Amino acid sequence: MTAKQILAVDDSRTMRNMLKQTLGEAGYEVSLAEDGVDGVERLRDLTPDLVITDINMPRMDGFRFIEEVRGLGRLRGVPILVLTTESDQALRNRARAAGATGWIVKPFDDGNLISAIRKVTVG
Amino acid sequence: MSALLDGFFEECGELLESVFEGLSALEADGGDQEAVNAVFRAVHSIKGGAGAFGLEALVAFSHVLENALDAFRSGAAQIGSKEVQLLYEAGDHLSDLVERAARGQVSGGEMPDLHRALEGICGAVDQEEDAGLDFQPLTLDILPLEPEPAAGFDIVFRPHATLFENGHEPALMLRELGELGAIDVVADLSALPTLDAGLAKTPVLGWQIGLESDCHRAQIAEVFEFAEGLCDLEIIARDAEGLKVEDPVTQSDIDRPEVVERAPARETIRVDLARVDRLINIVGELVISEAMLRQAMTEIPVAKYGPIEAAMGQFRQLSGQLQESVLAIRAQPVKGLFQRMSRIVREAAREAGKEARLVTHGSATEVDRTVVERLVDPLTHMIRNAVDHGLEDSDRRQASGKASTGTVTLSAVHRSGRVVIELQDDGGGIDRERVRQIAIDKGLVGESDELSDAEIDNLLFRPGFSTRSEVSNLSGRGVGMDVVKSEIQALGGRVSIHSEFGVGTTVTISLPLTLAVMEGMVVETAGEILVVPTTALRETFKASNAPLHALGAGGHVLNRRDGLVPVFDLGSALGFRTAPGEYGDHSLLLVETEAGRRVAFAVDRIRDQREVVIKGLQQNYQEIPGVAAATILGDGRIALIVDADQLAEPAVRGGAELYGGAGYVQ
Amino acid sequence: MSSNAVAKGEHQLEIVSFSIGSQAFCLEISHVLEIRGWTPTTVLPHAPDYVKGLMNLRGTVLPVVDLSLRLGLGVTEPSARHVVIIVFTNGQTVGLLVEAVSDILTVSPEEMMAAPDVSGGELAGCIRGVFARDDELMRAIDLKTTLPFLATGEAG
Repeated sequence: MTAKQILAVDDSRTMRNMLKQTLGEAGYEVSLAEDGVDGVERLRDLTPDLVITDINMPRMDGFRFIEEVRGLGRLRGVPILVLTTESDQALRNRARAAGATGWIVKPFDDGNLISAIRKVTVG
Repeated sequence: MSALLDGFFEECGELLESVFEGLSALEADGGDQEAVNAVFRAVHSIKGGAGAFGLEALVAFSHVLENALDAFRSGAAQIGSKEVQLLYEAGDHLSDLVERAARGQVSGGEMPDLHRALEGICGAVDQEEDAGLDFQPLTLDILPLEPEPAAGFDIVFRPHATLFENGHEPALMLRELGELGAIDVVADLSALPTLDAGLAKTPVLGWQIGLESDCHRAQIAEVFEFAEGLCDLEIIARDAEGLKVEDPVTQSDIDRPEVVERAPARETIRVDLARVDRLINIVGELVISEAMLRQAMTEIPVAKYGPIEAAMGQFRQLSGQLQESVLAIRAQPVKGLFQRMSRIVREAAREAGKEARLVTHGSATEVDRTVVERLVDPLTHMIRNAVDHGLEDSDRRQASGKASTGTVTLSAVHRSGRVVIELQDDGGGIDRERVRQIAIDKGLVGESDELSDAEIDNLLFRPGFSTRSEVSNLSGRGVGMDVVKSEIQALGGRVSIHSEFGVGTTVTISLPLTLAVMEGMVVETAGEILVVPTTALRETFKASNAPLHALGAGGHVLNRRDGLVPVFDLGSALGFRTAPGEYGDHSLLLVETEAGRRVAFAVDRIRDQREVVIKGLQQNYQEIPGVAAATILGDGRIALIVDADQLAEPAVRGGAELYGGAGYVQ
Repeated sequence: MSSNAVAKGEHQLEIVSFSIGSQAFCLEISHVLEIRGWTPTTVLPHAPDYVKGLMNLRGTVLPVVDLSLRLGLGVTEPSARHVVIIVFTNGQTVGLLVEAVSDILTVSPEEMMAAPDVSGGELAGCIRGVFARDDELMRAIDLKTTLPFLATGEAG
């Protein structure tokens, strides 16, 4: 069984480190990107099983990034989870309108992170 | 976890830099939308990380700050100069909280007034946003609506096209439902078009699910949490007999966000500092080897302008460039340092009841990172001095026709291989009569001493000099400009002051770009080769041409226009020989110590002035009085770099006895 | 370092032996970085007489100690035939000036005997113990006490 691939996009280095560590420990193979532009770039030669993205990022934010991903025919059906702080319903609605599958409320721990992933991925 | 946490605090430093950078852009142009966005993003990232590490005080404050910024961002609140000041204060407080958190203080340090002021900005907005929400969260049903636990649920689930477009897989939801109890799933094929109607454009499948479970409705809602608005969903609790019907959820209309494109960030990599230092050391060796090779070449016949000489020339140029490039790795812009200073100006002005602003120039100027770090304290002190003593209060400024807000200008520029940092205030300038009087009162100068303006200005750097009788809270703990001067000199730097009465004062600091190399005068004495740092050096001349006078047994003084200067033999000060009775062919080096003490060192011969690579002695040996470090000369020999300051102190010059062999027995 | 670990595993110790005057001394090889020919040093001011000065070892500046003088066995007049044993201990690199290196031997730590304090003076304090080999006594140098300017701490 090959490990599931996750692309995590966040402009905060701390967040990227935490995602990498937490997901890595849970047995996922994690690729990282620093913002939407970087994320789109990474997806040129990567077909992940799941994408996790922050919303607030320079250059290309999470909403636009999700739209870009959905625009790539190859990744039309890939689940995308957005990272949101608190329960900001308006943000979630915008993310969903952009094509997000679900969300993870920060601060995440391996518990809510993995359960959110399980909700949207097979296996 | 601790490595992650360290990484977070490190990132916080960078994020705070972005915060202040954005704020100064806002200060310049209140309507700069991208600046607000940048500040918002930085605060948002701090909050996110802080939340992950459970740093509650930091989360709480960054949250209100984030909300306030969001209000500005959305245009719900306007940014004026008052708001920018508030944001600056908030930024300062945020820095404090980060610092506290880094020290392990998770809570405390709150500033309720600031908190409230920020909440005031976003208070109205919150309500607006809530009102604008166009759908009801399912989880509201958590309230105890069901008096008895239900025996089961009938669920109708009909996905919209958007459910699939958003990457959902209904099977996963059914699987999750199955974890709540026994399920009975029936596909609803009623909407399936007949074959002749062609392919369906919208999803036609639906499911009716019977769930045998005493779970709570909220748990079922949670299964479909992400699918909200992307499907028709009915959850009907049923007890043993009857049915309770609930309204299905409606889909919401959502607007699309606007996106701002910006220039791509510069690409960087992060490197362990120790690796860089190792690289710098190796390149330092390479430069020395090149010099050794060049020296060796002078002893063998080589055709002038021949290929060997050409290759050597290129080697020399390349190794020089390599050293420069490698040292540049350790360099960092003074921007962060300058931003810290803007806070000091604000605080000092607040405490002194004055109006002041900081203007910075050349913040992209790069200096060795150790130099940057060690400039924090002296610059802080100088800025406080400028605000506290330099700037007048608003009334006096207006009376003399100046803008009521005083300006402190901090600038950095590269000039002939050094970096020059200038701190300028547009205050009243140095009151020389008063300074002179204080110096007389304190016994620093005599009543009848003739002092030039520059000499009076330099009295400020004398130990124990303070123009205010009370110890100022601002300029801090009784520390004077003398400490600033010694800290700058410890970095191989020089400080000077220039002032015009009524117009302002300028303090100029000149620093080396790196601490790894140093400019020094190479001299020979008592058969040894020594290096005297040029920072302390004021003048050199031949003893035979100098107005030398014998004084006492074997002692000599130099008679200068501005006073008598004692002469010491450098070789004997270091214990290499006994002092010669006469200085005939000797050369004299006039040095001035941090404390302003002047001494002339006699040496046998001055060789040349050059840049030397500094080699610390403490790694493999120990501190030696009168010796700052060592360096390796072109021929591979080691030369000691003298500590002119220590040698000028009588206690150290007598070191031969004080630090004799017996001193080492531990 | 690794040779030390191996030696410990097998209860064997590799030592470098050398003589000063008529006496034999030794050092654990794990402390020895290299052995170099003598080159003139730069005199250090205010240093004890046994510190000959500073030498340049490929860009590293390190002090050189006249081991004979340090042990109270008289001043060494160094020539090109003399050698400097470069030792590394406790993060510091120091050169030891000796006449010549005799041999590299394998001993077991249990063979080391406490040195009876017969002479007193400098020598006694600088010796950790002695190994007997071929009717000869080899005195094991204690770097920590021999080089008092070394940083204090766990010396190996």
